Amino acid sequence: MDLHVIGPLATPAERAAVDAILGPAESGWRGGVRDTGIDGHVARGGHAARSRRDLLIPALHAIQSRIGWISQPALNYVCKRLTVPPAEAWGVATFYALFATSARPPVVAHVCDDLACRLAGSDDLCADLERTMGLAGVPDHDGERTWLRSPCLGVCERAPAAMITIAGTVPQATVAAPVDAAGIAARIGPDGGGRTEHRDHPVPQAGQPGLRLLARIGVVDPTSLDAYLASGGFRALERARAIGPQQVIDEVTAANLVGRGGAAFPTGRKWAAVAAQPALPHYLVCNADESEPGTFKDRVLMEGDPFAVVEAMAIEAFAVGATKAYLYIRGEYPLAEARIADAIARSRDAGLLGDLDIELRRGAGAYICGEETALFESIEGKRGEPRNKPPFPVEVGLFGKPTAVNNVETLVNVLQIVGIDGGAAAYRAIGTDGSTGPKLFCVSGNVTNAGVYEVEFGVTLGQLLAMAGGVPGGRTLKAVLLGGAAGVFVGPEALDTPLTFEATRAIGATLGSGVVLVFDETADMAGALTRIARFFRDESCGQCVPCRVGTVRQEELLARLASGAAAAHGRRDDELALLRELGQVMRDASICGLGQTASSAIESALRRPEMVAL
Amino acid sequence: MSGDGLSMDRDPAGVANVPHAGEPPAAQPLTDILLRPAARPSRIPQPPARPEPALVEITIDGSPVSVPAGSTILEACRAEGIDTPTLCYLENLTPVNVCRVCVVEVTGSRVLVPACSRRVEAGMEVQTDSDRVRLSRRMVMELLGSSVDLSTAPAAAGYIERYEADPERYGPPARTAAPGERDAHEAGHHHPPATDAAETVLQPVKVDNELYIRDYSKCILCYKCVEACGEDAQNTFAIAVAGRGFDARISTESAVPLPDSACVYCGNCIGVCPTGALMFKSEFEMRGAGTWDESAQTVTETICPYCGVGCVLELHVQDNTIVTVTSPLDSSVTEGHLCVKGRFGFQFVQNRGPRQG
Ligand SMILES: Cc1cc2nc3c(=O)[nH]c(=O)nc-3n(C[C@H](O)[C@H](O)[C@H](O)COP(=O)(O)O)c2cc1C
Ligand code: SF4
Ligand code: SF4
Ligand code: SF4
Ligand code: FES
Repeated sequence: MDLHVIGPLATPAERAAVDAILGPAESGWRGGVRDTGIDGHVARGGHAARSRRDLLIPALHAIQSRIGWISQPALNYVCKRLTVPPAEAWGVATFYALFATSARPPVVAHVCDDLACRLAGSDDLCADLERTMGLAGVPDHDGERTWLRSPCLGVCERAPAAMITIAGTVPQATVAAPVDAAGIAARIGPDGGGRTEHRDHPVPQAGQPGLRLLARIGVVDPTSLDAYLASGGFRALERARAIGPQQVIDEVTAANLVGRGGAAFPTGRKWAAVAAQPALPHYLVCNADESEPGTFKDRVLMEGDPFAVVEAMAIEAFAVGATKAYLYIRGEYPLAEARIADAIARSRDAGLLGDLDIELRRGAGAYICGEETALFESIEGKRGEPRNKPPFPVEVGLFGKPTAVNNVETLVNVLQIVGIDGGAAAYRAIGTDGSTGPKLFCVSGNVTNAGVYEVEFGVTLGQLLAMAGGVPGGRTLKAVLLGGAAGVFVGPEALDTPLTFEATRAIGATLGSGVVLVFDETADMAGALTRIARFFRDESCGQCVPCRVGTVRQEELLARLASGAAAAHGRRDDELALLRELGQVMRDASICGLGQTASSAIESALRRPEMVAL
Repeated sequence: MSGDGLSMDRDPAGVANVPHAGEPPAAQPLTDILLRPAARPSRIPQPPARPEPALVEITIDGSPVSVPAGSTILEACRAEGIDTPTLCYLENLTPVNVCRVCVVEVTGSRVLVPACSRRVEAGMEVQTDSDRVRLSRRMVMELLGSSVDLSTAPAAAGYIERYEADPERYGPPARTAAPGERDAHEAGHHHPPATDAAETVLQPVKVDNELYIRDYSKCILCYKCVEACGEDAQNTFAIAVAGRGFDARISTESAVPLPDSACVYCGNCIGVCPTGALMFKSEFEMRGAGTWDESAQTVTETICPYCGVGCVLELHVQDNTIVTVTSPLDSSVTEGHLCVKGRFGFQFVQNRGPRQG
């Protein structure tokens, strides 16, 4: 490959941002200053540079957060440093919503207009912003700031939410919630930067006895290793090292722990498969991309008990024989990211991690990167396009090596199992036969006390809603979205359904990522469905035809139904039939779970005229 | 070892006994024959024999079939004479399995599987023409037909007919994008849908060099050109997929015109493009003028005159003029791929102007 790089040189600020990640350029070949002494007639770069391809996205983040957008010269400089063809780097930069590839002001308010925030008035908020600041994406008069609409920011319990990013030598990212137009204006105004947020507690149960996964949240200082150790921290890792990897895997298997990321795959089986692979090295990836609309449990765990996530990763790495682990966190979680980074550093400095190296990687605004194989691609510095399976990650995963991927909540459960002798049996006794253990639910929307709730599997939907204070204002419940945008709408008849994998499956629903998003009688259901359709259209990676075009057609169809255009042309029944066929081809022929579930929630609502009349 | 014609242990002294050239051959004493250098190998050395792959038993549409282990379902279907549609698959490229028109039903699989890349496993039960398969294939063709200009993609038109796809039912095509508009779409920025028209990828043709044009209104995003330009053949990496979702598109770095890009005009992307989105400028201009007539063209196979590699060229000639150049996919020298000289360096052959000094 012969790198062909054109155009002007990157500015000193752009180069400094990249060099902060990649180190100084050591020669003219790599974009540094030409020096005959060093450069001579010897080519440099080559394999050594290409082997660092996985630093492409961190380097793009560095430019984005220093300058506010990624110019062509800046992109070219990264390409020279890493020997990445500029066309490919352009393909990567244009894939991620948090990277701007055309000039954008340094101060941006990313305003959530997704499901929970809509219920909390984000449409009005956006209308206010249009009046006061102009249309989304248009810079203000001095070109310093703008606002953009964003998909779910994962702070649904405090909706409506906005993330403020301020590019500069000391880049800032904060989440403000709940927030109104005046609050956003104040935060992005000339002296708004650096304001720290007062946060209400996202865990209404905080401090209650009997909590397992949430026991430390709101109780133990999440920034103190000593506090974590004093509350029993790192004892599970110690025990794991004492009983050996095989015993750890056996206990996790015996506990019947299944993944909490949405696919409900048995965790012990996954670990055993990776541990048994002859190919080396083995990798561990903690999936903290949490971008399913309505999901915020992983954020709460990472913000409130980050050492627990780190300890659980160390246990899993030990069990599957990995000495390198990655934690991939979505780009919209600045506080969780800082807490995790801090927890990793403190644990490592205290010598608690042994030979394990945990690297933190930040996503850049792409829901699809939560899909495990898209996540690998993203860590490898590529577009987040899911791979075809088989082969499965346990055989061919990150960098082509056997990889165990687990969700944050799954990992935290491991501490309950491995933490004490007999933990597996005790764990299995919690919940039901088919769904063991404690479970976190993200309750939001039209409820009195939104937040993350820990229950035992088997609690009914009605009981959970009662814990959250029910629908406020004496209004009645219309629908609950279970499992997020990729989930299913259920009606009040499901209140008696136990929240277990088997019982939700029996009523054609799913627990997905633990989303319980409540809509009362006043909620605009047609608007919610349109938002879901829009979400999938915007977040499709675009690789396969059924999803790339199908999500567009689905959104158009809903727009025709919602606007009355379909009925006006006497085509309502045709349109509904077409929607079902679209659903089927997306479900049957798409490469990954995004396309396969893109019609699920919409179809489930349209089957019920009492829920939504279109 | 000495009997295989490859042994190195001949006697150097024997060289002296070779008769002088021009001397009449005399009756040769036995010692002469024995001391003569061993004959040069008379046959081309063969690679070591490889065991035949084991056969795997599967059923396709109910009939038992034995296929070599490691074959794809597509290869198994082809061996059985079952015609499976494909758009993003090409023998000389790594399968990307993105178009999904080749999907088949495999018992026990929750979703349909792409025949082009899924390998057979013993006992697999494959259905190639079930209702589910037909629906998915029809819908894939409808989705493509309603969003892309397939007018120069004969295979696609055939599939639309075969699966009775009706691309019109999504409404009339939405407006054609302005020049550069689609290239500027940023990921995650929403474009609200029309309620009276179907979104398409229609956009102006990119004509920015003398050799070939890029008409991305016709692009089905099969990734073939990207593979041919990159890892699978050319290793130039001048183009890649940019953007996301329906905004995804084939692009040079920062969407610059081809002459500013890394493109070396090998034309290998044209060679693999299944839709005519990438086209010789000569063909594009003739089509524009209404003079393109494939039935009036002859194809002459020859060897590229430029360098010593010896690439096989197919000259497509209409009215005694070379109109395009291709290379056969199954050529062991090129696998269908050429360089700029073989692909485009034919103008001198038909320079009919007055001879220059
Ligand atoms: C479109 C899509 C998005 C996903 N997003 C996430 C996510 O944000 N977090 C997560 O843990 N799993 C997500 N998953 C599931 C992962 O692919 C994978 O199954 C999971 O991380 C495995 O961990 P677990 O076994 O602990 O659940 C997603 C899957 C799909 C198809
Ligand atoms: S289903 Fe959608 S998100 Fe998944 S690979 Fe296909 S286009 Fe990409
Ligand atoms: S002509 Fe060759 S170098 Fe240029 S884009 Fe096509 S394949 Fe790449
Ligand atoms: S330009 Fe042609 S080869 Fe390239 S992706 Fe589009 S249709 Fe495929
Ligand atoms: S030919 Fe198999 S997916 Fe395109």
